[in-house]
Amino acid sequence: MDGILQSYLPLVVFVGVAAIIGVVLLIAPFIVAYQQPDPEKLSAYECGFNAFDDARMKFDVRFYLVAILFIIFDLEVAFLFPWAVAFGKLGATGFWSMMVFLGVLTVGFAYEWKKGALEWD
Amino acid sequence: MILPALFFYLFAGICVASAVMVIASRNPVHSVLFLILAFVNASGLFVLLGAEFLAMILVVVYVGAVAVLFLFVIMMLDVDFAELRQGFLEYLPVGLLIGAVFLAELLLVAGGWAINPALVKTAVAPIPADITNTEALGLVLYTRYIHYFQISGIVLLVAMIGAIVLTLRHKPSVKRQDINVQNARTKAMAMEVRKVAVGQGLQDPPSREAAE
Repeated sequence: MDGILQSYLPLVVFVGVAAIIGVVLLIAPFIVAYQQPDPEKLSAYECGFNAFDDARMKFDVRFYLVAILFIIFDLEVAFLFPWAVAFGKLGATGFWSMMVFLGVLTVGFAYEWKKGALEWD
Repeated sequence: MILPALFFYLFAGICVASAVMVIASRNPVHSVLFLILAFVNASGLFVLLGAEFLAMILVVVYVGAVAVLFLFVIMMLDVDFAELRQGFLEYLPVGLLIGAVFLAELLLVAGGWAINPALVKTAVAPIPADITNTEALGLVLYTRYIHYFQISGIVLLVAMIGAIVLTLRHKPSVKRQDINVQNARTKAMAMEVRKVAVGQGLQDPPSREAAE
């Protein structure tokens, strides 16, 4: 158990250094930077004209479809990791069970491609 | 032994605090960001338990994909904050009633909870000590639990098809580029030479484009 946790020590150091750099970059502008705000500087920049409406508008539902398809293939890859690690000990059953799994998802992929879900319009 | 305990309290404290902020923050986008923080800290807790594979999958799948999905859902809802807060007092009594019922159920379950001491011995797939977490999972998932594995594949297929059927709408007027059609186009298909009588011009519109 301790062996596992010790191998995570570099990760802790890495996250710590990243956090320090992030916080320093966040705070430094308040101390170092020259500040002289005025309303025109603080307003939203919109290429010379006034902003038309609120920035919080509805997203297109197609982003949602892309995200769902991404999650599904993400999970497929997540199943591949333990299979790859234990591959040498699995034997024929393990190999073919993964091939059937990938085949089922390839059917879905072909359907997705033929329906045009990967195209934007 | 003090360091893992320290990290446990760090992760658990941030996890609980960000989980509270998920329901307490007024802006739903901030809620999703706190949810991501809770996921990351939960994966830290998994690492402390020795479940490395679960921890990494939590980061990859939940932080990488599910959080993005939640963010899209929230941005699609077009949340009006003033309108959301309007009905708060109306729904408060019903909400309190349902909350009380759930609290009572939780207390009953937690009060009557006891783990059978024989359960650990009868575990179907005992945890091997000498190999890594991921390998132990891989050794049983694809052979002993092959049915569940295949069912999960079919569930993913159904999710994929369902998402496409529900959300895919093609605009009818969009012109697509079809490279095969473009390459198969010849001079004879695209051009037509006509004799034009002097002073009359062409009367009928070009027939070939209309026929296609």
